Amino acid sequence: MSAIKPKIEELISQEYPAGFVTDIESDTLPPGLNEDVIRTISAKKNEPHFLTEWRLDAFRHWQKMTLPHWAHIKYPAIDFQAISYFSAPKKQKQPESLDDVDPELLRTYEKLGIPLEEQKLLAGVAVDAVFDSVSVATTFKDKLAEMGIIFCSFSEAVLKHTELVQRYLGSVVSNRDNFYAALNAAVFSDGSFVYVPKRVRCPMELSTYFRINAALTGQFERTLIIAEERSYVSYLEGCTAPMRDENQLHAAVVELVALDDAQIKYSTVQNWYPGDAEGRGGIYNFVTKRGLCKGNNAKISWTQVETGSAITWKYPSCILKGDNSVGEFYSVALTNNYQQADTGTKMIHVGKNTRSTIISKGISAAQGQNAYRGLVQIHQRADNARNYTQCDSLLIGDRCGAHTFPYIEVRNSTAKVEHEASTSKIGEDQLFYCQQRGLSQEDAVSMIVNGFCKQVFKELPMEFAVEAQKLLGVSLEGSVG
Amino acid sequence: MNQNSLLQISNLHAEVEGQAILKGIDLTIKAGEVHAIMGPNASGKSTLAHVLAGRPGFEVTQGEIYYQGNDLLSLTTEERARKGLFLAFQYPVEIPGVSNVYLLKAAMNAVRKERGQQELDAMDFLELIRMRMAELGISSELLYRNVNEGFSGGEKKRNEILQMSVLEPQLAILDEIDSGLDIDALKVVANGVNTLRSSERAIVIVTHYQRLLNYIKPDYVHVLSLGRIIKSGGPELAEVLEEKGYGWISQVDDIHHSSSGEIG
Repeated sequence: MSAIKPKIEELISQEYPAGFVTDIESDTLPPGLNEDVIRTISAKKNEPHFLTEWRLDAFRHWQKMTLPHWAHIKYPAIDFQAISYFSAPKKQKQPESLDDVDPELLRTYEKLGIPLEEQKLLAGVAVDAVFDSVSVATTFKDKLAEMGIIFCSFSEAVLKHTELVQRYLGSVVSNRDNFYAALNAAVFSDGSFVYVPKRVRCPMELSTYFRINAALTGQFERTLIIAEERSYVSYLEGCTAPMRDENQLHAAVVELVALDDAQIKYSTVQNWYPGDAEGRGGIYNFVTKRGLCKGNNAKISWTQVETGSAITWKYPSCILKGDNSVGEFYSVALTNNYQQADTGTKMIHVGKNTRSTIISKGISAAQGQNAYRGLVQIHQRADNARNYTQCDSLLIGDRCGAHTFPYIEVRNSTAKVEHEASTSKIGEDQLFYCQQRGLSQEDAVSMIVNGFCKQVFKELPMEFAVEAQKLLGVSLEGSVG
Repeated sequence: MNQNSLLQISNLHAEVEGQAILKGIDLTIKAGEVHAIMGPNASGKSTLAHVLAGRPGFEVTQGEIYYQGNDLLSLTTEERARKGLFLAFQYPVEIPGVSNVYLLKAAMNAVRKERGQQELDAMDFLELIRMRMAELGISSELLYRNVNEGFSGGEKKRNEILQMSVLEPQLAILDEIDSGLDIDALKVVANGVNTLRSSERAIVIVTHYQRLLNYIKPDYVHVLSLGRIIKSGGPELAEVLEEKGYGWISQVDDIHHSSSGEIG
């Protein structure tokens, strides 16, 4: 273990070394975005030339792009010149103990049953060097390395696995893909990198949660996961506990590449600050996530539970290029108070005998607005492609909204595309029935909503599913009655 | 009020959507008794059952209800349930994605907590459920299906009786538990109710038809019409009703109205 120890200290010290504050000051760029800023970011991270150029290309293109307006969301204009694009490694003032943390936040942690040490971490309170997850994470990392699996921060990968990064970066989501993806490509700070070699089945769920430094990176994250032939990996992103974060705009990019017979399972629980009950504050979450089933018989599954953020704009998609490849999208999106979500998926069928499944569950409460937007595209050569889409919306109260925008484009007559949609309201009958059996109203709502989401939850890894259920209950508190 | 009574209703008036349905009900029920409340459609039988259970939208405008010596109307729906008031529904609602066994466990633990008992662990709980299911002749496959989803009429009613037998209420109100059942299913349900009769427990059977009372013998029969109890008697009253129909009672009702006006 002694070899691991300096590592732990390194991790911890990135956050809280004494006297570090002055260093940070000098390390933070003034707000604004131009080519010099991008060159500086790239230089500070010691990036190779190709990456600097790639960022610049993205930026030049981004300058010519306009904000997308097609989503069913409303928000005030964002001043992109008012954001500081480099602040290493963390500029926000940290509370010294849990006593300094918003009691409301602590109450939520308690309800979710989060251990005290983890609460501190999530709330940004200094943690002791002896913190279980850190040593656990390091032990895991050694075990993974033995199998040839690379799991590290994106910055580390750029320096140590340059060739892999160069080959796959932007191969699924190009640096000019869309407004937010281009912005991310220009300025991304850090993120995660996973590489699973041929015929290796990753023995554990990979989680950013275990990679503590990553849990604290923010605004412009970039993730790249590569699964070689016949490999398997399950990746968990996020955490059920609401994280404290002062960056209002988040624009992440995730790229997945699955080669022949490889399988990637990507699960997300997103619970960023949603804003208060009057709709003030809250994170704007503009995410581009896309997976490429590059090889034959490849499979990519997205499972997401989205309960946080003031605005969620997110369409985890699959390009089914390899023959017989499979894409799946399972989603629960909950909007309460003034939250807005416009989320869904794109299933692009290119190869023959490709199959996709879309199960989307939208829950709206209070004034929440929830839209499903999905594209199923069957290309000309995609013989015998199949898609099944099921879109269900649940309304709680009479001031919220649910919207469904399915787009279906079929260019091959052998395709089979099914779309089912339903909208229902939590019935007073259901609530009364449960309460007559002794359940409190909150427990009854939570039970009915969890029942509604069961099809999606069963796709989540076990512990995640349990947490997600609790999370829905907490997120819906006070939404009825 | 009467110290021995489990439930005491005095001069109960209630309305639904602004329309007066119950217009002065008086009824006293003691532990160990079985009461049948009969009456034609729209007489207020089901409204009475739902008012007792505390259904939102059913508003009490006058009168009092005491249950176990406490003011029932000041308790929430779930508090009433936890204190042993159980309503078997005429139309049990479906809850997609929620397994029957999950609801049963949540309900039982809510009631046990109120009684100061420990929550049952999964093993003990399943053992108890399986025992009760065997007694009621319910196949255990029903446990893992979603609550009432795709259940036949008979299965729904049997499921209500199962919940009742697991929750061991002090006051069980059965709202038209016989509706939509064929004779075999009726016997099973009646048999289930009979095994739950005890000196600790009162049962109120709300029914339109007399035939259920062939299988569950009530101690008292009350006839409800236009929101009032117009006649009370022993089990023989049900037989007279069977013979003469509700028309006979309506005449009695008319006579009552013309002679004594308001019935107290």
